[in-house]
Amino acid sequence: MNRSGAMKPNPSAEPPRIGFYVCHCGSNIASTVDCAEVARFASRLPGVVISRDYKYMCSDPGQELIQQDIRDHRLNRVVVASCSPLLHEQTFRKAVAKAGLNPFCFQMVNIREHASWVHEDPQAATAKARALARAAIERVRFHRALEPVRVPIRAEALVIGGGIAGIHAALTLAEAGKRVILVERQPSIGGHMAYLDKTFPTLDCAACILTPKMSAVRSHPNITLWTYSEVVKVEGFVGNFTVTVRRKPRYVNEELCVGCKECVDACVFKEGKFPDEFNLGLSRRKPIYLPFPQATPQVVLIDPERCLNLKTGKCKKTCVEACDRNAIAFDQKPELKVVQVGTILVATGFQLFDPSRLPQYGYGRYPNVFTTLEVERLVNSSGPTGGEIRLRDGRTPQSVGFILCVGSRDHRTNRWCSRTCCMHSMKLALLIREHTGADVTLFYMDIRAAGKGYEEFYDKCLREGIQFVRGRVAEVTDWAMTPEEEGKLVIRVEDTLAGFVRRIPLDMVVLAVGKEPHPDAQELRRLLNLSCSAEGWFLERHPKLAPVSTFTDGIFLAGCCQGPKDIPDTVAQAGAAAAEALALMDRGYIEQEPNTAYIEEADCSGCKSCLPLCPYSAIQFDEARGKAHIQAALCKGCGTCVAACPSGSIRQHLFEDEQIFAEIEGVLSHD
Amino acid sequence: MEIQRTIKYDADRVRGFAEEIMSLAGCDQLKSCIQCGTCSGTCPLSIYMDYTPRQVMALVRADFKNEVLRSHTIWLCASCYACTVDCPRQIRITDIMYALKQRAIQEGIYPRRFPIPVLAREFSAMARRMGRITETLLVLRLFLKSDWRALFRSWRMGLGLLRTGRFSLKPERIQRRDELAAMLAATNGGSLPPAERKEAV
Amino acid sequence: MKYLYFPGCSLKGLGRAYEESLLPVLRHLGVEVQELEDWNCCGATAYMSVDEMEAAVLAARNLALAEQQAGSRDLLAPCSACYLVLHKVQHNIAQFPDVRSTVQSALDRARLRYTGRVQVRHPLDILLHDVGLEVIREKVVRPLRGLKVAPYYGCQIVRPYATFDDAFNPTTLDRLLATLGAEVVPYPLKTKCCGGSLTGTVPEAGLRLSYILMKEALRRGADVIATVCPLCHFNLDAYHQEIERRWGAVRIPTVYFTQLMGLAFGLAPRELGLHRNLVPFEKWSAATAAS
Repeated sequence: MNRSGAMKPNPSAEPPRIGFYVCHCGSNIASTVDCAEVARFASRLPGVVISRDYKYMCSDPGQELIQQDIRDHRLNRVVVASCSPLLHEQTFRKAVAKAGLNPFCFQMVNIREHASWVHEDPQAATAKARALARAAIERVRFHRALEPVRVPIRAEALVIGGGIAGIHAALTLAEAGKRVILVERQPSIGGHMAYLDKTFPTLDCAACILTPKMSAVRSHPNITLWTYSEVVKVEGFVGNFTVTVRRKPRYVNEELCVGCKECVDACVFKEGKFPDEFNLGLSRRKPIYLPFPQATPQVVLIDPERCLNLKTGKCKKTCVEACDRNAIAFDQKPELKVVQVGTILVATGFQLFDPSRLPQYGYGRYPNVFTTLEVERLVNSSGPTGGEIRLRDGRTPQSVGFILCVGSRDHRTNRWCSRTCCMHSMKLALLIREHTGADVTLFYMDIRAAGKGYEEFYDKCLREGIQFVRGRVAEVTDWAMTPEEEGKLVIRVEDTLAGFVRRIPLDMVVLAVGKEPHPDAQELRRLLNLSCSAEGWFLERHPKLAPVSTFTDGIFLAGCCQGPKDIPDTVAQAGAAAAEALALMDRGYIEQEPNTAYIEEADCSGCKSCLPLCPYSAIQFDEARGKAHIQAALCKGCGTCVAACPSGSIRQHLFEDEQIFAEIEGVLSHD
Repeated sequence: MEIQRTIKYDADRVRGFAEEIMSLAGCDQLKSCIQCGTCSGTCPLSIYMDYTPRQVMALVRADFKNEVLRSHTIWLCASCYACTVDCPRQIRITDIMYALKQRAIQEGIYPRRFPIPVLAREFSAMARRMGRITETLLVLRLFLKSDWRALFRSWRMGLGLLRTGRFSLKPERIQRRDELAAMLAATNGGSLPPAERKEAV
Repeated sequence: MKYLYFPGCSLKGLGRAYEESLLPVLRHLGVEVQELEDWNCCGATAYMSVDEMEAAVLAARNLALAEQQAGSRDLLAPCSACYLVLHKVQHNIAQFPDVRSTVQSALDRARLRYTGRVQVRHPLDILLHDVGLEVIREKVVRPLRGLKVAPYYGCQIVRPYATFDDAFNPTTLDRLLATLGAEVVPYPLKTKCCGGSLTGTVPEAGLRLSYILMKEALRRGADVIATVCPLCHFNLDAYHQEIERRWGAVRIPTVYFTQLMGLAFGLAPRELGLHRNLVPFEKWSAATAAS
């Protein structure tokens, strides 16, 4: 009965001819449920023309059985009682369609997870299976032919994040002929890889392999590069996202600036005064600056917190004078840009663990305790010391210790392993030894060197005389117990392999800090409607079999935002994400389950109660006619409006009132 | 040169010991021990121990009860809790040390005049009987039962304490001693596994 | 401000100078304390080595008595070991049902109840957070100018329950001493173990820990070590001869922080139990006379 009281007639012209099938699923179902009995029971129900049980319905012979019966017995409804629809609903729908029957005249019943796997008593399980079967049979009477909704997919893609993952994904998509918008929050693309000197295990120069790709992004005709920009709003659905991006003001015209840096030289600040972010505070910059030599785009920017003109209005503006292209633009304002894209790739990366959270390691308290990334800048020839390893007071260290797993594998901070720190530390150890000849010791719990060439790299480090002490460092202190410890940092550790406690004096201590999600990752994922794991990494659809797609159709993940990994895996994942996005965009459409809501216009009273309820903004109101209208492409079939409509004019395909009530009656009338 | 043969057979293990310790209140985290050595690294006494705290944890997990209860480690633990606070798996190492001390005392596994368990027993006996500890009396009893010669070696300290008025032999006691005795009797050795419960010593 | 006061066996015995200096200082600040009636020994580390449940009952009797006598007042426990044990037992009763039921059935024998509402507080906690450094500053009439103090917290008030200060780098004592006008020396060993009861039983290990503390305090230029615990005080004060015999000269006095407070407030040294030190604190006369 629907709400208006009248019994709707069976929409199908013919009386129902139902085929019912029970699967044994090997012994998964048959060990508890008496399948033959359920089939016999079903055969006695009105409308059931044929009722069978079979060992593996999802197999080819099983499917052929159904197809043969559809032809032989002119079936117009099929019910299969087996496992979860999540597993095989598509399988059976396709099988049914192949035999010429509309796939939505099929209903699946789960008697595995819902009966066999949750009961020990065979009688109870079989009784429940009978009830569920009857419910489905009653329901399927009211099913009718439906066509899946086709949603067109736009051929544009948005990549959020301009690190190596975003860069590689953007280039792959652009080369395939798709238009790409790459949005990066920093003033330059490059991500964390741009900070690196050499990469393990080959000791390739990071800049040498990265900058060509950065350059390619800049010059590719299919890529629109928006740096110093953030995504602020995402609306729409797969194939048709409407994204709003806020472009932050650089106070420099990107079209005109060529990166000659005359303005930087001319700045009223004669020397750099403010901590340079790219060199992690190890050097200083002026208010107007180029983030780093290979910054892409090669455009300077002005820090509004530090620039005298922007803060006080009182400045000679020597930068404006110096620029012969008139590129300085103090009146720039943030700009909102709105774009339409078909797919979104999220490649927002990670942040490093803040080691001041572990006070026993002395970061921030003792000047010569550094993080691995800070040492990376020291080692880099375009870094703050021109590639010289220097302590804070300028001396060259003669003894260096690396503490691994800082912040990682620790129940008090981050439980996970950050995957790259072992290799990263070994690489830096090797570089420091090369540059300075210092004694280098790594303090570790385990050495994780699982990638290609990584174990060999570990061996190389051993052969170069780097010391490895297996023991997690308890503390770094400046308290000296012997003369050789005076003026040094001392590490106290149990050398678990040698079997005694040691005190080791060092000039420099390097903390191998782990990776963690960005603090505002949660905000971003809410914009995109993404899930995340308990640790805060964005959640892939399946950890083994779907590592780049998400539960939100059309949105893909690449790189460390999904979990810690090294550069080869990041690039591989970025390629995979681009490929899956391309598959969508090249096909040009997707088919959506037609379980959408629809409005029976005659019954709509124009009360507008449904409009604010829709979480997908799928309902519109036609003022002229005084009726609401649902856009099938946006509707996700959540059912909220269906339940709320006071006049009962909103119905839902595959969840019609008569279908549901029939199902209820079927369950309740079991014996 | 004295040669020693050290090998441990399966028969040297006491099956169930690990589970017994890990089933004590709050000691479940020992299952997550990855033998990182932070506890030994931070322990101020580890350099005096025959087995470091980390090794003791490994021995407990492998059911080597006799080795653990006979070690010096459990007695040398000063309960400073540095290990507990530093452990990346949040294992309550100090509490495990207490549990091992309790078992060693209950099974009488320590040299007869070893001062640390002697102190523990004398302390608890006095607390039980009187409700309070008179420190100087306790120290006297400790020396008498472990190493009475140490008493004479500390004569200078004793004089100093007398001179500064810190040396008191007047026994401290609570008023409601029977009440305390009744309360303690009610616990019935509740911290032991059921099979081993007997009247507290 | 009124608190229930749990002295513990040590403050009536070898550590009486702590009580002798704590009570007048609190009185001077307008803080009233009332000794817990018929309190018993908390069990310290020794009882816990023998029987954990009995140790819990021993400590819980005090908690239950406090609830009976307190009203809504907090229980002040100056001795570090007592502070730790009381907190630990509260924690265990709250977390583990078998401890809770055993303790409650034992308390029933004495017609006592424990609900968990009594708060166990440390003097540093109430001085900084209830009284406030401003009030303390106003009471200072003889600032300890020129006196270099090494602030020594010891283990048991910061580990494992860091309730009122940081476990790795506590600052309450540092700030208090600075308020008294003293120069607080940077002391990396401020939370390292003094050896506890091992100084008496295994001297080569226990005494060496105390030796290390004294040596580093001297190296950092300290005139005196300020301590919060009666056992730490005993170890640093009473074993000097033995320590110097084994490892060399490290003469530095150790006093309770409450004694320094009393001096800064203008109270007489004898009133504060300073005469009870085995290593006399001589610099105090220079420090307080200088102001």
